[in-house]
Amino acid sequence: MSASAEAIAPRRKLGRAATKLFSNRSAVFGGVLVSVFLLMAVLAPLLAPYDPFATSFTSIRKPPSAEFWLGTDELGRDIYTRMVYGARASLMAGVVSVAIAVLVGVPFGLLAGFYGGWVDAIISRVTEALLAIPFLILAIALAAFLGPSLTNAMIAIGLSATPIFVRLTRGQTLAVKTEDYVEGARAIGLPNVLIMIRYIFPNVLPPIVVQATITIATAIIAEASLSFLGLGQQPPNPSWGSMLNTAKNFMTQAPWMSVFPGGAIFLVVLGFNLLGDGLRDALDPRDN
Amino acid sequence: MKLLLSTLLATTFIAGAASAQDFRIGLQEDPDVLDPHKSRTFVGRLVYQSLCEKLIDVDADLNFVPRAASEWSWNDDNTQLTFTIREDMVFHDGTKVDAAAVAANLERARTLPDSLRKSELASVTSVEAPDATTVVLTLAQPDATLLAQLSDRAGMLLSPASFETDIGTNPVCSGPYKFVSRVQNDRIILEKFADHPDADDYHFDRIIFQPIPDSTVRLANLRAGDLDMLERLNPSDAASVRDDAELQFETIAGLGYQGITINTSGEGDGDNPLGTDKRVRQALQLAIGRDIINDVVGNGLFEPAQQPFPPASPYNSDDYPLVTRDVEAAKALLAEAGHERVAFELSFGNNTTATAINELIQAMAAEAGFDISLQPTEFAAMQQEMQAGNYQAAQIGWSGRVDPDGNLHQFVTCEGALNDSNYCNEEVDRLLNEARQTPDTEARKPIYDQAQAILQDELPLIYVYHQPWPFVLSAKVEGFQAYPDGMLRLKGVSVTE
Amino acid sequence: MLKIIARRVLVAIPTLVLVTLIVFGLQKILPGDPLLTMAGEERDPQVLAYLREKYRLDDPFHVQYVAWLGNVLTGDFGNSLRTGVPVSTLIAQKLPVTLQLAVMAIIMAMLIGIPAGIVSAVRKGTVTDYAANAVALSGMSIPNFWLGIILIMIVSVQWRLLPASGYVPLSEDPVQSLRTMLMPSFVLATGLAAYLMRHTRSAMLGVLTSDYIRTARAKGLMPKTVVLKHALRNALMPIVTLSTLLFGELLAGAVLTEQVFTIPGFGKLIVDAVFTRDYAVVQGVVLCTAVGFIFMNLVADVLYIFINPRLRHPQ
Repeated sequence: MSASAEAIAPRRKLGRAATKLFSNRSAVFGGVLVSVFLLMAVLAPLLAPYDPFATSFTSIRKPPSAEFWLGTDELGRDIYTRMVYGARASLMAGVVSVAIAVLVGVPFGLLAGFYGGWVDAIISRVTEALLAIPFLILAIALAAFLGPSLTNAMIAIGLSATPIFVRLTRGQTLAVKTEDYVEGARAIGLPNVLIMIRYIFPNVLPPIVVQATITIATAIIAEASLSFLGLGQQPPNPSWGSMLNTAKNFMTQAPWMSVFPGGAIFLVVLGFNLLGDGLRDALDPRDN
Repeated sequence: MKLLLSTLLATTFIAGAASAQDFRIGLQEDPDVLDPHKSRTFVGRLVYQSLCEKLIDVDADLNFVPRAASEWSWNDDNTQLTFTIREDMVFHDGTKVDAAAVAANLERARTLPDSLRKSELASVTSVEAPDATTVVLTLAQPDATLLAQLSDRAGMLLSPASFETDIGTNPVCSGPYKFVSRVQNDRIILEKFADHPDADDYHFDRIIFQPIPDSTVRLANLRAGDLDMLERLNPSDAASVRDDAELQFETIAGLGYQGITINTSGEGDGDNPLGTDKRVRQALQLAIGRDIINDVVGNGLFEPAQQPFPPASPYNSDDYPLVTRDVEAAKALLAEAGHERVAFELSFGNNTTATAINELIQAMAAEAGFDISLQPTEFAAMQQEMQAGNYQAAQIGWSGRVDPDGNLHQFVTCEGALNDSNYCNEEVDRLLNEARQTPDTEARKPIYDQAQAILQDELPLIYVYHQPWPFVLSAKVEGFQAYPDGMLRLKGVSVTE
Repeated sequence: MLKIIARRVLVAIPTLVLVTLIVFGLQKILPGDPLLTMAGEERDPQVLAYLREKYRLDDPFHVQYVAWLGNVLTGDFGNSLRTGVPVSTLIAQKLPVTLQLAVMAIIMAMLIGIPAGIVSAVRKGTVTDYAANAVALSGMSIPNFWLGIILIMIVSVQWRLLPASGYVPLSEDPVQSLRTMLMPSFVLATGLAAYLMRHTRSAMLGVLTSDYIRTARAKGLMPKTVVLKHALRNALMPIVTLSTLLFGELLAGAVLTEQVFTIPGFGKLIVDAVFTRDYAVVQGVVLCTAVGFIFMNLVADVLYIFINPRLRHPQ
């Protein structure tokens, strides 16, 4: 039965892809970058020398020193400490919002691609309409609607990124559903839901993984942008974007306040982009 | 060829000369509709000061001074106010500023359905112009606040010939500068009006207002020479401006304040120790170091405030000196009220300065036993929540009015339109209504002192600092003076090359 | 072929209707009473009631929507609640600003991205290739607004070379206009240039390994001629289509760039309007952007059909 043979195939492909991924130096570098920031977020309480909320009126806007590695902010809080804790907000925003986008987008994409007809027409038109409104505008309006908070920013970013996954999944499903093993599964009378989950989903997964990795990078920047506009993480909780929002008032007097959080965003986004590129090459079916 | 060259030279020269006489002002926000009877924003008033002449104005000590009205007088029971209109003023369309025009404007301000001046002129029952230079306002009851209202937008004069046109986008006034053009969020251009009586004292050909919301960027533009002055410098930039020899720094405590408004309704969100027990509010006041806020966030610009009235006001009383921070006393008061720790939510508009202030308040109050959870809210949503009573405490400000009534009455009287504290005390109502009807400063001040005695004890509002008006000008600008009302009076101001 | 184009246009219509619904609905569910927001300190209940009536804010959703759509179809987007200026005037004022920014950015991106892509494809696997790729990835990863802040800090504040903000119309003072736009369009171009570079590179690689290029090489044509004449022409077409599509992205990217550099364009108009709850402006501008985006997609589709003769005949 060709269906079961193909169903096993992804596992073998996965092994090959992993080997390819690990031999790609820039992808490994990206992975290391991401891991470092992930570890930083998880181990924040151990890594941070101070309390992220502790203000100190005697050490306001101090430049980097042995005491304060990355300097202090406008209320005398340690910037290194706040950056370590801020990594939590930024990474969580990236991962959670993409999870939302995937969880909402992929099922709709599967439905649209698998059933076609009016289901596809409705889902596709809504997706196109949402795609026609610039991502950030949609996110700003949604964040303003939901009220400024990190959770709401994640929801807003997630929903704004959903159409990309609907479209991608739909396209992939269309390509896969005419394959022999799907036709075969249909022929033996398997229910549609089972076909979608067991035969189509595993085969559309690789491009979704690649897209998700790259979208995490976009989502992290989006969270920073919303926080920068005052619509994301709220004080006194730190996030890199909200730190930059404050820092722009002290550009001249305390440049370190803007340099470090911005640099962190850059590095972690670079990490995800490198990883995404690596995954794309590794999972590219043409090379197999 | 020669002709072409000379034309080119001439245009270059003229272009150069024209730009030399432009005066560029960086504003913090974009003004709203440019109709003085309909407009709402403080920043709009900055433009009107050059654009629209008004009946009277205030000087640096908040005394009233003549503008379109050369003199004014009250009748014996303070129910009739008579203005004498000067005869040498014309509107930008060439029509004459006379008593009939003034009456028409007051009528418009009083009756236009969407006039925001209606409530300001509520005490006026009729406006008459018995002759070309006399305007008589008849009042339902004495109103001590009326002159102050007429020194601002309620007393501004538009050409009656323009009433039927779209004033908001093309205002025709009688100020020293007339309206040329506006690009929303970008610039408003005014040009010198040669027929203004004081035209000789206004030295610029054009005034260009440019809204640039980011203070740092505004300052960068000023330093680069793309602006000649800016208003409302962010306090965080104060230090670098003070050290810059190419800039002048003019700051003054304004008429407004920033403070903490507390929901004292006793029900819903107001049902908590802070809302129901004045000792807890007194403890909160003791926990907050107003001077620390001034040092840390204000960079010396946030003059600590204990009272709603500006320091320049004669109603600011010596009886209520600044309460200084005393953590032990605060703890003692809390203990007396039967609390170890008190938790409450503090809302504030989510801009960076407010954020810093409230984070600081949170940290200071924690030492005295308050667990504040900060609720940064978008300003619009916060106002709505406050009006609906869905808040415990909010850090919010008031831009301030020349007359003391404007800074107090509507916030603490039982039916006050802005009484978000839901505070109600009959004695306070009686006193503030009495003060409203007492035009004489000497007689009025003791009444406010009595009202303050109650309010300072019960603390529905804790005033934190007087809103400053920090201006920065290029060192080449001469003759500028800052006023407590934050307006830009450009008479006599010039630029030396 | 006309048939295909006509079909595309027809498909775009329901999308447009949905966009109007989303745009209108989004605004209606935004919290914060627009009038209260505008009123700020001055909230006279009588005036608020009058204005609510005047702008029909208390009507049911569908009544408001139909009235609004009717006006939009006649070209009337309403007036800004805040300043009373017609939204169509605002759009006419702001569109050239953002277009100038977008055009300068796209030119800059092409000037950087395409040559870099060609060079790195031709020299695949060399240090140049790696360096170009690294720079491109950095360009994609750097947050625009942060780059903007850093540039203002260094170029405007420290060196005082370029204006930190604002906009001067090209017609008023071309030199100053270009100077003010230089930094913002560079910031906006970074991500785009990276994107173009990567696509040019992969398109070029595809073409360079194709049979007819190999043949051309075999015929002894100079490498430069091969690259420029044959390979580039074939690689450029998808890039041009891509650029039309990117225009939509550009408009979105302009939002933060305009915010950081205080440029009075479309993006700033939209953000300011969202924050001040200026319904009419948000609706008009977002709708305008979406229509532009859909139109650009259409253009891209048509261009694609032109380039790809196989698509000209429907199966």
